Amino acid sequence: MPILKCENISMSYDGITVFNDLSFDVEGGDYLCIVGENGSGKSTLMKGLLGLRPLKSGNIIYSDGLKRDEIGYLPQQTGAQKDFPASVYEVVLSGRLNRRGLKPFYSKEDKTAAVQNMQRLGIDSLKNRCYKELSGGQQQRVLLARALCATSKLLILDEPVTGLDPIAASEMYALIKKLNSENGITVIMVSHDIIAAVDNADHILHLSNKELFFGTTEDYTHSEIGSRFLYHNCHCDGCERHSRYHHDSSHIHKYEGDGRNE
Amino acid sequence: MNELFEMFSFSFMQRALIVGIPVALCAALLGVSLVLKRYAMIGDGLSHVGFGALAIASAFNLAPLWVSVPVVIIAAFLLLRLSESSKIKGDSAIALISSGALAIGVVVATVGNGMNTDLSNYLFGSILSTSQSDAIMSVCLSVVVILLFIFFYGKIFAVTFDESFSKATGVNSGAYNMVIALLTALTIVIGMRIMGTLLISSLIIFPALTSMRLCKTYKSVIISSSLVSVICFVSGLIASYFLETPTGATIVIVNMIVFFLFTAISYCIKPLRG
Repeated sequence: MPILKCENISMSYDGITVFNDLSFDVEGGDYLCIVGENGSGKSTLMKGLLGLRPLKSGNIIYSDGLKRDEIGYLPQQTGAQKDFPASVYEVVLSGRLNRRGLKPFYSKEDKTAAVQNMQRLGIDSLKNRCYKELSGGQQQRVLLARALCATSKLLILDEPVTGLDPIAASEMYALIKKLNSENGITVIMVSHDIIAAVDNADHILHLSNKELFFGTTEDYTHSEIGSRFLYHNCHCDGCERHSRYHHDSSHIHKYEGDGRNE
Repeated sequence: MNELFEMFSFSFMQRALIVGIPVALCAALLGVSLVLKRYAMIGDGLSHVGFGALAIASAFNLAPLWVSVPVVIIAAFLLLRLSESSKIKGDSAIALISSGALAIGVVVATVGNGMNTDLSNYLFGSILSTSQSDAIMSVCLSVVVILLFIFFYGKIFAVTFDESFSKATGVNSGAYNMVIALLTALTIVIGMRIMGTLLISSLIIFPALTSMRLCKTYKSVIISSSLVSVICFVSGLIASYFLETPTGATIVIVNMIVFFLFTAISYCIKPLRG
């Protein structure tokens, strides 16, 4: 059974419909990347998944194992956080709040979990540092640790590498990939970075005003919409590599040939 | 030293201390959240609403606190709601409500019985003439605010730091925003006695901003601003006694001096930290 099932959802923004009748499933352990141009509704869809914005129609069904308070979320940073006095530990610990209900203060268990998640992401040495004095990459790790405190099942990430330098960005991607493959955490990521999306994710949801794609990354790189989006006027290493892969369809023919012979 | 003892032998000075310290504490605690949430001017807006409510209360001969507490709480909820729906931006909403309420207050007061001393006390603060019943109510309300703040400490931090994360992970952030609004409203109403309508927002803003000059964690900012607030209040009260200046204004000036002191220290420390 899928961990998350979207059935014919439609959402609107300021009265304008952003997308209509969108359906897709996310299985436990999937790594789904939501891509698309600006204004295609990526962020709106994500807010819908998180329950921050109402749906116009349709249903989002979380499987019975997953409750609303078991979703980890990595938001984009807000301006207010840039000068917020808070230690790394305080920020990470606040991710445990959704388990506390009305109970005040944090338990010993919460504190251990916070420390463990900091160790997992290699930021335990920053525990008492001030959040606003960290580098962009370190801040993202702190927020990721906080998201892990809130969940062990599903992470929803909003443009996690925005504003990071290339090295910090690739470290961030490696970290997310590791959480997905080693810890079995389901990842849903909204991203502009199509190359990284294709490199990392195993499923792609491409939102666009006219057409739409949902399927595995493999299928996406061979699809019409994927190839147009991927290799359009770009000759960087990543695009060139994927472009070669796209045009080299020998493995597909071979597969189909095998199928027919049997 | 003898003069100090003599000063606190007056019952009005004792009462001022007993009422003022808890209020100063409340204002400092909530100030941190309000400043960080970019709601610093809410204190100012609510205090004008409080003034309007007091004018109406005194025109109809009602107990001032019993009228202004509910009115200011409603105004606080409205202000938070207004700034959420983006039709009118938060700062404009505050300006609208506060100037409107002030105007109503002044008109009602003048039509009723002229600007009597009680109302001008509320404009500029009158901690030295607090009545016994007002004092008791102020202290009770402050204790309630402080206890609720401690109880909701973790939640207030989370909602202040990142509201959408809290909401997305299943924390009822709307309710905790309401808690912040409620606590703010209570603090404003009781604080108006000390600082007056025109100066109460300084009691909320100054300690928080002062502490943020030096402190780097949320907990240390909270603790430091509580200390700064209480120390500034007590020294302002003493100074106003000896210099024979208005109490509220003197406390604000002491707060300003401490703010500049902390700013100077932060600039001195910076090169040391590299």
